[in-house]
Order: sequence, then structure tokens, then C-alpha cells
Amino acid sequence: MGKNLKGKAAFIIAILVIFVYGIFGIPHGVSGTALKDALLERIHLGLDLKGGVHLVYKVHVEEAINTTSDRDVQRLQQDLATAGITNVTVHKQDPVNHPDTITVSGFPADKGSDVRGVLTGNTYANYDLSTNADGSETMKMKPSAIRDLEASALQHSVETVTDRVNSLGVSEANVAPYGLGDNEILVELPGISDPGKVEDAIKSTSKLAIYPVVSGPYDSDQAAMAALNGVVPPDEWLAHGQATPGSPDQVYVLQRASVVEGTDFRDARPSTDQNGRPNMNFVLTTEAGERFYKYTSAHSKDSADPGSMAIVLGNKVKEVASILSGIHDNGEISGSFTKSEVDALSLMLRTGALPATLEVIETRSVGASLGEASIHQGVAAAIAGMLAVMIFMLIYYRGAGINADLALVLNLVILLGFMGFVGGTLTLPGIAGVILTIGMGVDSNVLIFERIREELRAGKTAASAVQQGFAHAWVTIVDTHVTTIVSAGILFLFGTGPVKGFAVTLTFGLLANLFTAVFVSRVIFDALLARKQREAALSI
Amino acid sequence: MELFRDVNIDWLGKKWYFLGFSLIFSVAGVLSMLFWHGIPRGVDFKGGTQITVPFNSQPNENDIRSALSQAGIKDPTVVRVSTATGVKGNDVIISLPQSSATDQAHDAGREAVENALGKYYHDSGFGQPSVDIVGPTAGKQLQRQAALATLYSLIGMLVYLWFRFELIYGVAAVVAVFHDTLITVGAFSLLNQEITLTVIAAILTLIGYSMNDTIVVFDRIRENLALSRRETLPDVVNRSINQTLSRTVLTSGLTFLTVLSLFVFGGPVLRGFSFALVVGVLIGTYSSIAVAAPMLVAYQDWRKSRGKTAVLPAKKARV
Repeated sequence: MGKNLKGKAAFIIAILVIFVYGIFGIPHGVSGTALKDALLERIHLGLDLKGGVHLVYKVHVEEAINTTSDRDVQRLQQDLATAGITNVTVHKQDPVNHPDTITVSGFPADKGSDVRGVLTGNTYANYDLSTNADGSETMKMKPSAIRDLEASALQHSVETVTDRVNSLGVSEANVAPYGLGDNEILVELPGISDPGKVEDAIKSTSKLAIYPVVSGPYDSDQAAMAALNGVVPPDEWLAHGQATPGSPDQVYVLQRASVVEGTDFRDARPSTDQNGRPNMNFVLTTEAGERFYKYTSAHSKDSADPGSMAIVLGNKVKEVASILSGIHDNGEISGSFTKSEVDALSLMLRTGALPATLEVIETRSVGASLGEASIHQGVAAAIAGMLAVMIFMLIYYRGAGINADLALVLNLVILLGFMGFVGGTLTLPGIAGVILTIGMGVDSNVLIFERIREELRAGKTAASAVQQGFAHAWVTIVDTHVTTIVSAGILFLFGTGPVKGFAVTLTFGLLANLFTAVFVSRVIFDALLARKQREAALSI
Repeated sequence: MELFRDVNIDWLGKKWYFLGFSLIFSVAGVLSMLFWHGIPRGVDFKGGTQITVPFNSQPNENDIRSALSQAGIKDPTVVRVSTATGVKGNDVIISLPQSSATDQAHDAGREAVENALGKYYHDSGFGQPSVDIVGPTAGKQLQRQAALATLYSLIGMLVYLWFRFELIYGVAAVVAVFHDTLITVGAFSLLNQEITLTVIAAILTLIGYSMNDTIVVFDRIRENLALSRRETLPDVVNRSINQTLSRTVLTSGLTFLTVLSLFVFGGPVLRGFSFALVVGVLIGTYSSIAVAAPMLVAYQDWRKSRGKTAVLPAKKARV
């Protein structure tokens, strides 16, 4: 064996070891079950194989656009009034079909430039302005602004749904934007079998609210009841929770009527106060802002009746804050927060309510038993197909058949190893992709072997026939593989669900195939030829 | 062992038979799509509710139907799943029409069926059903995406072949592939088999497969054209097909073997998928020889008749 050949053989063995590691990792034992566990740890089974629920939600992002333009209509009315322009109508003519368009009309013609002065202000930079024939002005939201709004509404919805799914305690749940710019969310929940329950949990609003604190904290229900003389008044209730994260569970007496609720929050962002300490800025809707101002100014630190507020999520107290001063719709919640607490809290406030309605458009669930049956059948079919092919290759090509079979097995190892390294998910169509990879792998070998036979028939020596056979077949193999990878790549980009899983295994398989059918098979041939006499026949 | 040695078949001489054969099947498929079964769309594309219920013992379809109608469920389809060998199993697929899955009351159909079976069907208990509910919005979208994916992958392959060979090779290959798709979809229509998302994946696979086959022949034509300039194009094409024939038959045969094992052992979920491939492998192999290659010759004849030089002697292969 030449030095070069030894190097190549070492390379192939290294590849083999790397990908076997990809499949199994370092198993905890060598028994069958230990290997199976190690395998399943690295290669995840799709929902169709292990059972679970798959849901697709459509996010009605136009609602988020409507919310923004409504706010701008309100602001415009104020700004125009401040600029001394009266008798002007600001409204959206068609909020259903054109939530992005605001019309300003009714003002006298000589005020036109004043109106335009307000409309072109920095506040409304997100709008394109145009003057109509009748002198009225139309403001249309810029496409980039619409895209930003849609993206943020989608992102916000994904966060909310993730929070809600996590509350179900499902392991390995997946929530992600879905489709191609269609504003959809995919929710995958392995091991869950009742889609109805999941839909309820995701769509139900985990209620967020701020309540006035009557008294507390107490260390236990008993302590609280003792303070209340044994009876909870009808307009009050006991809430459990932690005023600061990590502190023991405490009990508060809260008023039953909240000051503001989750749906009153328009936005919440982490920020820092003038001393550089983390705090949280929030924005309430106008109506809730008025309500909030009335309450907070009456109960601020310097007022006659100072009080504190409890932030309650899903009936759990998450935060108790003292009121510094009267707060309108823009406020901040400060206290002994750390940065991560503020981030978590503002996320919670933002996710308390969904920015837009969610609608289920696709539900798929696979019972665990059906999944199990599918995997057995899929694997059985793959193994049966592969064995038949391998036996045929041995009969038809004799010695060279061993080449092909080795290449085939290595191909499978590399493919599964790939999946293990990238944490790929194996689905039923994915198994079909594996089977087709086997088919293409065999095709490459057949192409090469037939070509070698042809060259042998033309009277070439074994060595030169092998050399020529590979050289000619290589051109064809590259063309066929690249074409199929091109189409698999397109499937991956534009396909969804099963189509995607199929494209992934097919692409990996074809790449592995280029390596095994061409390189590995060649090395084996060369190794055989190196041992033989120059004129010896080739078993093919 | 060798199956073919020095075959010398005049493939192009039989082009009228091929044309006739292709026409009969395409036209039959198209007629069925237009006037008979249409394109039978599965729940993925048409929308609706499909529930697979695994019963514990042998179910009775009529009792299931009456249980459903007692609960006021309209127009359900009840089908027992059978294996490829025709043995009926304990799984039953209950399909509700499109109207059962509006985007508003998405899950209602599933609940109704599960309740009805629990209440009125007493022959056998059942395990956790598997459900596919596709609302009209999702159905339309999936349909559009499938069509786009197919279209884009055809364009992608055309461009690659144009770059590697000549435009006419790309066009011929795409026409052949289109021919395969048409006949396969036609077969689904004729047999009234539903086309689902997985079937689309299969059709895309067969496009790749047929393309693969065509390229093998084209590659040989290119090679032979570069070697012998004096031979006429029909001779070169015939010789190239014959030279690659044993590879074509072997590969198709082996792929057919794997696909067949998928069809027989793959279970009901893969049935549509493997059916498309069983048809596709046969037709894809046929089209490389009978559609794509003759098109090259026809194109050259047409160029000649207009007094232009042939463009076929292709670029030299570079890898």
C-alpha cells in the first residue's frame, strides 16, 4: 500500500469515527439500550414519530397597525388643536382594509400650509403625506414602518405564546415564526396528545393586573386572617407571591378591583433611572392612564393617603411598589431591581396581553401509538430496501459489490452523524429522504462500475480502467448531485413541515454520497489494485 | 453478471410510438383532471378535518357512521386503513368536509367526533386519535407554497443545466420532467388518490430523479459529440442511450426496489408518497429516453430547416 493510500485510509477512518461520535456521542455503556438512549439524545424524532401536537397560528398583525394609527389619530387631533387649527376632522376612512391610512380634512383652504406644517413634523415621520384634489390631506404609513410594526407584533406574540407554552410544562416545546412572511407562529409540543387543551392554554390570557395593597406582607394565610379578624371583606382578597424574587412566599391583602390590567398596557420597556439604576418604563392606554393618574395621585408618597401597588400575574404577586408621585399613561416602576429582573418584568408586562388576535389555522396531532407504528414501519422499509439493494450489488458486481456496500453503509453513518451534530430532527418524510439517498448512492456506484466495465471491454488494463471510469463518471455524478441539491435547497427554502424534513436529509445524504461513492470507493479500488499484479483481472 | 452488452437499439426510430404512448397517458390524465375526478386534493390543500382513530379491536364502519350521524355530524367519510397487502387494520380515518374547519371554529369537528364516538359507539374502545385540521387560510397557503416550490425548483434546475450544457438541454430536461409530473398527477386523478403535502414531496423527488436520469444520458451525448464530429446527431443520441442503458435499467430497477419496499412496508402514512414514487420512477426513466433525448434531435432538425447551424456540439465538460 502506498504512503498516499495509507493517508487516505486514515482520513476515511477518521471521518468514520467523527460521524459515529456524531450519532452516539459518548454512550454510557455498550448495551443495546444504552446505545439507543445515546442515539435518541442526539437525533431527535419529529412529532410524526413520537407523537405530539403541531399548531399553526395566524397573527392578525393588522390589529397592531390599527392600534398605532389610532394613537396617531389622537395625537394629531391634539397637535392640530395646539397649533390653533380648528374645524378639522382627523379619521381613518377604512380601518378594516386600510388601517395604515389617516385622512385630515375639513380645514379651510388658507390653513393648508399650517396643517401640512404639523403633519410633516418629526412625530409623523413614519407617514407619507399627499394632498388630495379637494384640499384634504392623506397620510399613509410607510411600508418600512408597517413592516417594523408587523415584525414587532409577531415577535411579541411569539414571546407571549412561548411564555404560555412554558406554563404547560412541556419539555422540548418549540415556538417559532413560521411560513414565509405570512405572520404565522408554529407551536410544536411533543408528547401532548390533546390539541384542544393546548389551544385553550395558549389562547387564554394569563391575566396581569396592578392592585392597590390593603395590608401585608404576612408570612402565612393564618397571619393575614388574624390581621383581618378572621374574615376577608367582600372587596378584598388574599394573594400569595414574592415581593422580591427569591424571597419566601408571602401573603398580601389586596383590593379586589384592579387599577389597571394587562390589556391597559400598551408597552413596557426596561430602562434606567437618573441614578443609573435599572427600572421599567411603561405606557398605558389613554383611558387607563386617566384612571391610573386618579389613583396614583391620591395615594402618592406625599399625599394624605400614601399606598403601594402590587403587580399580580396569574394571581401571583410579582412585585410590590410604593407610589412616588401621580402617574399618567407614561410611568416607571422603580425599586431594588436588578437588570435581569427589570428585563423579566417588562417582558412579562409586554406578554401579559397579546398585541393581536391569534387564530389557529392548522392543527395536527399524532397519537404516540401511531407514531411508534410509523417509525417501526419506516425503519423496516428502509432496512428491507437497503438489504435488497446490497445483496443485488454483491451478486451483480461480485468483488466491487463489497465496495458499493461499504460506501453505502458509510454514507448512512455520515448522514446520521450529520443529523446528530446539527441536532437535526428525523421525521417520516425524512426517513423517505434517507431511502432516496440510498437510491442515489447506488446510482453513483452503478455509474462508476458500468463505466469501468466499459473501459475494460475497450481493452484497458484494470488500473487505467478504474482511473478512466472514475474520471468519466465523476462529471455525471457532479451534475446529477448538484441538480438534485439545487432542487432540495429550494424545497428547504420554500417548503414547510414534511417537505422541509425531506429536503434536509436528502441534502445531507447527497453530500455524504459525493464523498463515499467517489472518494471512499476509489480508495478501496486503489488499495485492491496496489496489492495485485499489474495485469490481474478486477472482480467487477 | 451482466444484463446488457453491446445493445444496439434504434430508440429515435421509435419516437412516434413514444409520442403516442406519452400522449395517451397525458391526455387521459388531463381529461380525468378536467372532467372526472379533478385533482383529488387531500386535507392539506382543501382544508377540513381528518381524524385517525386507533380502535382497540376490529371496528365496524357502519356502526361508526351511525354513531356519528346520531351526534348530528354531517357528511363524514369513514374509511378503514388497510395495509398494502389489502388486510384491513384497526385504524379508521374519519374525514369531515371543508366546512367543518373554518378559521373561527377550528377545533369543533374534532371534539364532536371524539364525543360522538365516546357516547354512541360501543363496539370497541379507542386510543388517542391523530388529527389533521387545516383551515381554509392554511389550505390555500399550503397550496400556493407547494406550487411555488415546484416552480422554483424547475427554474433552478433549468438554470443549472443551461450553465453546464446549453439552454436547449435544460429546456428538454424540464419538458421531460413536466411530462412526468403531468402523468403522475394524472395517475392520482385517474385512481382518485388524494394529493397531500407528502405526495408533493414525492413529486418533487421524482422530478429530481427523472432529472438525474436525463442528465446521465445528456452527459454521454455531450461526451460523444465532442469525440466524434462526423456522426449524425441521431446516431450519437442512439449510441449514448444504448451505452448508458445498462446503468439506466440497473439504477431504475434498484430504486424501484427501495420504493417498492417503502410502498409495501412503509405503512399507511407513506402510502401516497410511495405510490407517487412507484409511478414516478417508471415514468422518469422512460421520459429520459423517450422525451428528453428525441427533443434534442427535433430541435436540431428545426434549426436546420430554418437554415441555421446546429448549436448542439456542447461546451466541453469541465469539472
